[in-house]
Amino acid sequence: MSTAAQATPAQMSGAEMLIKALIDQGVEVVFGYPGGAVLPIYDALFKQNAIRHILVRHEQGAVHAAEGYARSTGKPGVVLVTSGPGATNAVTGLTDALLDSIPVICLTGQVATHLVGTDAFQECDTTGITRPCTKHNYLVKNVDDLSRVVHEAFYVATNGRPGPVVIDLPKDVQVAPGTYTGKDNVKHKTYRPQVSGDDAKIKEAVAMMAAAERPVFYTGGGIINAGPKASELLAEFVRLTGFPITNTLMGLGAYPATDKQFLGMLGMHGTWEANHAMHDCDVMINIGARFDDRITGRLAAFSPGSKKIHVDIDPSSHNKTVRCDLNIVGDACKVLEQMIAAWKQGGYKPNQKALDKWWQQIDQWRARDSLKYKKDSKIIKPQLAIERLYELTKDQDTFITTEVGQHQMWAAQFYKFNKPNRWMTSGGLGTMGYGLPAAIGVQLGHPGKLVVDIAGEASILMNIQELGTAAQFRLPVKVFILNNEYMGMVRQWQQLLHGGRYSQSYSESLPDFVKLAEAFHCKGLRCTDPADLDGVIKEMIAYDGPVVVDVAVDKAENCFPMVPSGAAHNEMILADDKPKDPTNASVTEEGMALV
Amino acid sequence: MSAPQQPIQSHILSVLVDNEPGILARVVGLFSGRGYNIESLTVAEVSDAAHLSRITVVTSGPSNVIDQIKAQLGRLVPVHNVHDLTVEGPHIARELALIKVAGTGEKRVESLRIADIFRARAVDSTTESFVFELTGNPEKITAFVELMKPLGLVDVSRTGVVAISRGPKPL
Ligand SMILES: Cc1ncc(C[n+]2csc(CCOP(=O)(O)OP(=O)(O)O)c2C)c(N)n1
Ligand SMILES: [Mg+2]
Repeated sequence: MSTAAQATPAQMSGAEMLIKALIDQGVEVVFGYPGGAVLPIYDALFKQNAIRHILVRHEQGAVHAAEGYARSTGKPGVVLVTSGPGATNAVTGLTDALLDSIPVICLTGQVATHLVGTDAFQECDTTGITRPCTKHNYLVKNVDDLSRVVHEAFYVATNGRPGPVVIDLPKDVQVAPGTYTGKDNVKHKTYRPQVSGDDAKIKEAVAMMAAAERPVFYTGGGIINAGPKASELLAEFVRLTGFPITNTLMGLGAYPATDKQFLGMLGMHGTWEANHAMHDCDVMINIGARFDDRITGRLAAFSPGSKKIHVDIDPSSHNKTVRCDLNIVGDACKVLEQMIAAWKQGGYKPNQKALDKWWQQIDQWRARDSLKYKKDSKIIKPQLAIERLYELTKDQDTFITTEVGQHQMWAAQFYKFNKPNRWMTSGGLGTMGYGLPAAIGVQLGHPGKLVVDIAGEASILMNIQELGTAAQFRLPVKVFILNNEYMGMVRQWQQLLHGGRYSQSYSESLPDFVKLAEAFHCKGLRCTDPADLDGVIKEMIAYDGPVVVDVAVDKAENCFPMVPSGAAHNEMILADDKPKDPTNASVTEEGMALV
Repeated sequence: MSAPQQPIQSHILSVLVDNEPGILARVVGLFSGRGYNIESLTVAEVSDAAHLSRITVVTSGPSNVIDQIKAQLGRLVPVHNVHDLTVEGPHIARELALIKVAGTGEKRVESLRIADIFRARAVDSTTESFVFELTGNPEKITAFVELMKPLGLVDVSRTGVVAISRGPKPL
């Protein structure tokens, strides 16, 4: 074997090749954690300045940070971890990225090829373990394949329905000399996702829309993934038609939340008006959403009387759980462009008389004010905390991430997103511990911008170690904890579905979050009185560094509206409903078995 | 699901894939992970130059599930195309089986007689046993195996179905 110095100019080591390929792909930041099986890569990183390495404190954090970076910038996030435990620690993040369709490239070290299969130190079957939780994965056995595989991986991760791709790199491949293949010389053999929608179907879709009497747009994360232009086109189309629109949890920000045509989020904790509009509509236009069970409620009762149009780049999303009348395969941005053109070309006008009547009905639902909550002068209501956070941050370009639980749903309900890429949450997998590392990733992609992780006291402990990352890299992320001393969402379900038996959902022996923050070289703040809320939030924003705010909120508050598992959209429970018997009539036995 | 429960039907899917490490695990993992049935599965390289393999998988389910299976297979990055021979038109489906039968006397003679009717060939023989080689559609093989049971059936080894469309056109 020749050393790199003796090699011809085109020859370089696998590790050098990897760095070159990443640079060629425009990578600026890598989230990683070193170990034996990636030392040659860390050595190559050491010798260059083009790529910044962010040392996380746990590999799960690296993947979530890459997700936050990707979702807020539109660029793929890159992760570098060692073999064995490094790779297995990344699995939760990869699964999260798969379920939320986030482009992530995860580079994993592997034992040398001749040791593979011998139960060598820190060996695990990384490609085997990650096969079901990635969009695709690779094991590079030959150094001459390495640069091609890296370029292919970026293509696969970012084209079609985006997702995580793992590249497993045996240590001997990292040190072997080989020939670099440039980005432009790599073309994937077969993978060519369909981008444009079928013209005939587009025409059919707009004709259906023009004939609609009670239409509704239902759009999701696919719009965000299709880029900011897709959101602009969506807004144009929604205004052109005058139709109401609702967004999924993943789709928030794709349409301005403060606009009057916006009905709020739909689904399990969606608004009364959004869910009723979905239930009673006659034409549903789904763009980039996937009829997730959190959205549909009981399938048999899901929007029973509507004709459904479904635009999705992934053909397997069509008719998966809900049979649609018109399925269009294509990229949300491209299809929106085509639909707008077809609408204009056809000289279509909405059925205004019917639409006016539909809006009257919607206004009645709106008047129900389903997000209303009881105000209190002594106890901080969690909803109030988010409302105040929104009011005090809305005039600057603010990025919000969340953990998972009630606080996440309140954030979705009460924080109004007017732009895409400003809202990062774990939707599909519902991963507690997502928010803080995701915020770190967002902050790296948007230096100088305000980034807030709206957290629960239980979730935040799942990746609290990442405060160390924030401190080390001077990332001024704000962790805004709605501390109800409960795994609130679990407690809520136990209250509503399990007779109020709060089995293991009390957050016992909590740390002192202020001292904890200080131990990590961050600022710690506490708020226990509603009167202090604004002051504390302002102090948090003003501080130039990472802050943890421990907001003591009402411990017993529940998140409403709620469509209980197995119920239909029009069987929502509201906050001001009479307290029901714990054996709630709207929760069927079948519903109890659902998550 | 708003659609009423549809009848369960068997489908032969022909899947052209890149012959790369892990591809079979990908396909099989998809079936087990999503709870689909595999009735039989065969795989072999069909183009050495292009590194392509053809996987023939027989699966069963209601038509909406079959549609999902095809879409999910199509979603795998190394999959070139998926054809549902059962719905795409006339096709030939064949399976090969090796069947070991041990016995003497009248039973031994009877097994040979039936093998002749089924056009099975004896490819191994001892004074007290035969190994028959039989090709045909799966029903024919099952019928033959059933007939061998009382005559001293010892082992059966079947390849699973391979299939191809009729006529001059490629899949
Ligand atoms: C990793 C992980 N484990 C368990 C769960 C189940 N779970 C969902 S919400 C929740 C409670 C979250 O509590 P907290 O962070 O305090 O948020 P709250 O609901 O109180 O706002 C739990 C345990 C999960 N989503 N993720
Ligand atoms: Mg809590």
